[in-house]
Amino acid sequence: MSDYILEMNGISKEFTGIKALDDVNFKVERGEIHCLIGENGAGKSTLMKVLSGVYPYGTYEGDIVFEGEVQRFNEINDSVKAGIAIIYQELALFPDLTVYENIFAGNEIRKGPFVDWNETIVQSAKMLKKVKLNVDPETLIKDLGVGKQQLVEIAKTLSKDVKLLILDEPTAALNENDSENLLELLKELRSQGITCIMISHKLKEVISIADKATILRDGKTIVTLDAHKGEISESVIIKNMVGREIADIYPKRLDHEFGGTVLELNDWSAYDTQLGRHVVKKANIQVKQGEIIGIAGLMGSGRTELALSMFGNPKKYKVEGDMQVNGQKVQFKHTSDAIKAGIAYVTEDRKGNGLFLINDIKNNITAAHLKGISQSGVLNLNEEVKVGSEYRQSMQIKTSSLELAVGKLSGGNQQKVSLGKWLFTGPKILILDEPTRGIDVGAKFEIYTIMNELIKQGMSIIMISSELNEIIGMSDRIYVMAEGAITGELSRENTTQEAIMELATQ
Amino acid sequence: MSIFNEARFLIKTNIRDYGMYIALFVIMLTFSVMTDGLFMSSRNISNLLDSAGYIAVLAVGMTLIIVIRHIDLSVGFVAGFLGAVAAIFLTQMGLSVWIVIPIVLVFGIIIGLFNGFLVAKIGIPSFVATLAGMLIFRGALLNVTESTGTIIVNDDLFNALGNGFIPSLVEVNGLHLLSVLVGFVGIALYIYSELSTRRNKVKYGFDVISLPIFILKLVFVSFIIGYITWVLAGYNGFSWTVVIMLLVVVIYHFLSTKTVLGRNIYAVGSNPEAAHLSGINVTKITMIVFGSMGMLAALSGILFTARLQSATTTAGTLFELDAIAAAYVGGVSSAGGVGKVTGAIIGAIVMASLSSGMNLLGVGISYQYMIRGGVLAAAVIFDVMTRKQRG
Repeated sequence: MSDYILEMNGISKEFTGIKALDDVNFKVERGEIHCLIGENGAGKSTLMKVLSGVYPYGTYEGDIVFEGEVQRFNEINDSVKAGIAIIYQELALFPDLTVYENIFAGNEIRKGPFVDWNETIVQSAKMLKKVKLNVDPETLIKDLGVGKQQLVEIAKTLSKDVKLLILDEPTAALNENDSENLLELLKELRSQGITCIMISHKLKEVISIADKATILRDGKTIVTLDAHKGEISESVIIKNMVGREIADIYPKRLDHEFGGTVLELNDWSAYDTQLGRHVVKKANIQVKQGEIIGIAGLMGSGRTELALSMFGNPKKYKVEGDMQVNGQKVQFKHTSDAIKAGIAYVTEDRKGNGLFLINDIKNNITAAHLKGISQSGVLNLNEEVKVGSEYRQSMQIKTSSLELAVGKLSGGNQQKVSLGKWLFTGPKILILDEPTRGIDVGAKFEIYTIMNELIKQGMSIIMISSELNEIIGMSDRIYVMAEGAITGELSRENTTQEAIMELATQ
Repeated sequence: MSIFNEARFLIKTNIRDYGMYIALFVIMLTFSVMTDGLFMSSRNISNLLDSAGYIAVLAVGMTLIIVIRHIDLSVGFVAGFLGAVAAIFLTQMGLSVWIVIPIVLVFGIIIGLFNGFLVAKIGIPSFVATLAGMLIFRGALLNVTESTGTIIVNDDLFNALGNGFIPSLVEVNGLHLLSVLVGFVGIALYIYSELSTRRNKVKYGFDVISLPIFILKLVFVSFIIGYITWVLAGYNGFSWTVVIMLLVVVIYHFLSTKTVLGRNIYAVGSNPEAAHLSGINVTKITMIVFGSMGMLAALSGILFTARLQSATTTAGTLFELDAIAAAYVGGVSSAGGVGKVTGAIIGAIVMASLSSGMNLLGVGISYQYMIRGGVLAAAVIFDVMTRKQRG
């Protein structure tokens, strides 16, 4: 008889007619690391929201048994009291407060009516030691990198006597080094008896860390795999996630001829007026028609800055050097000039600066090209619905209605809306910044397929990505960046992850 | 889907939009019962709408300002100041109304653009920038009225904007004929626009609401327009203030819902960074919205001066807060990107109805403020609740 710390039995949850969870069973043993895997929209987040009391007792069917007792959480505080803590992708720290203030925020150590700051600092130092973070507790959060912030967040939960720790894609925003540290820490916590549920899209991580993995698909439990019985492998997980076998993660592409040079940068530099330093240094790039150019590099190497400096942001980036589109020198005063010249930039941060989350799908798709649905400034709202449904179909956006707010879609579908929005501007050069970040294998494959379709139509694509597999799998040519400069150019055929990493760490 | 279910579904999904209409209806019904029908009398409704006019036009502009996540505290005294400027032009300089009104409106636009410049180009928080404007124009108003005190305006044409009514061609049984005609034309236009929208949707092959519900909606709205017309026609007909108010609503409703400019305004409010990356010139949009606010402030000043038939040293005091309250009651959201022009007008009428009804009932001014504050709070609570339900 196993010792389950958590049993979720027969959980069902409906949203206005759509079953998000359908009789889900999810059991977690004490002291294990249990990964929860599934495509976007499979129901992982909904399940965790049911567990943490975001969706209170009574709004779902089924039982939650935690520590042997049926729980009825009415709000998040109830689950916190029971010893369940969730760390979301978006961190909930106060950037202008110190590390120790953050760790005990909402849980202050008191002496009488006052906060005992000295004791707080001592306790914080202990917590930091537990998560192996070697910083002064008096450091401000905003002065820490994302990886360290994540550790502070974990320290914060540890200060609350947590029994079950849930991490929602903890490594999505981390670089490889920080990710590894985090995974090591989770193993360490496991040895201290803390049970951990981790939602992740990175299968390598799952394989390296999970004791068990439960796979959800379309709101149903598909299978729970046990690592100690040797059941967990990449192919098995993918097969169960998508319900089909993917022989190759990257779709096959027929060889085709490239056209002439459509974009050229000569000694292109960008000076960030806010940071007060150069973020791009003398970059030289050529892009041919029909090519997919990969831009690799570590975080902070200037990839996104390169893209934004090409996209007409003269206030933020003072640019020097020469940029040519179709052989003609261009100078953009505003993003609208870049769009007119046929450049589109699909952002890495779709929620932050890509989409209008409160607006509906069709509004978002037409937002960058209202000319396409208007005549002398007056909109044709029916045309907009038509355009919306066309992209819904061609991008395979899964939604009950075009009038749904984009904020309610899953990550993969949001990315498709974001892509659709830019394709509607009719670009010749498409810049994709981390096009598959935080989306699942199935949606990734769909986006790759769309990319191949686009270059066949004569578009050129510049793809910025942190995933080396993706860069090698999709690009015709690869530029590697480090500290704002381009440190090398590689062709698709003769490159390896090691070769890229070597250039990226120069 | 049966008609009943469809109706329930429509109400549920649009509760946010219908909410204030229902609130207005309840308020009017309550006051009618409490005053034995005096509240809904032709004379009272006519007065009520006239007194709402100068706040309503401000509320329309303020709604768009709040939609793009800003605020404009200067509008009250800008209205007061420009109202006084209009009075000076008319009396001391003897200019014609036809010259004065365009000039004052242009002044308003310039002032608005200046506010917009401070906010969008220099980057001063709008609260601070327009607070400065509020002080400056309060001073300016005192300055121009200092030597003369209250300036009496004797220009009948100008005063008609605040007090006059559209001419009646013939009175039939005490009913104002031209107003009745206007009402009929309004109903006809409404039905025509609804029919053509529906026809267009069918042409594109989109879903439309079922025919019985559609007809029910047509009949209901036509009845409301007809009833208001009938009520007003029983007194002096449509006042010029109401006509101007309607024009402002129609123009701004069209601009905000059916044009590229309007869509860009809501995009900027919804996510300024995404708007910038979508090729929308956020600075330009901000300038335009503040410019339009300035123009509407000028219009408000003209209406108020005309209504009092004079420019006073305290004109415009607290207009900005009334306008902000009306905008919030009308469903604008401070998080940006949400809020309708039609809502602003309803919000202004709700606030005016409360004042009018409580005056009729003889409620003391102290309680009036408290109750209006309560209604404002309730409106925002409703807003937050419905948003939670949806999000």
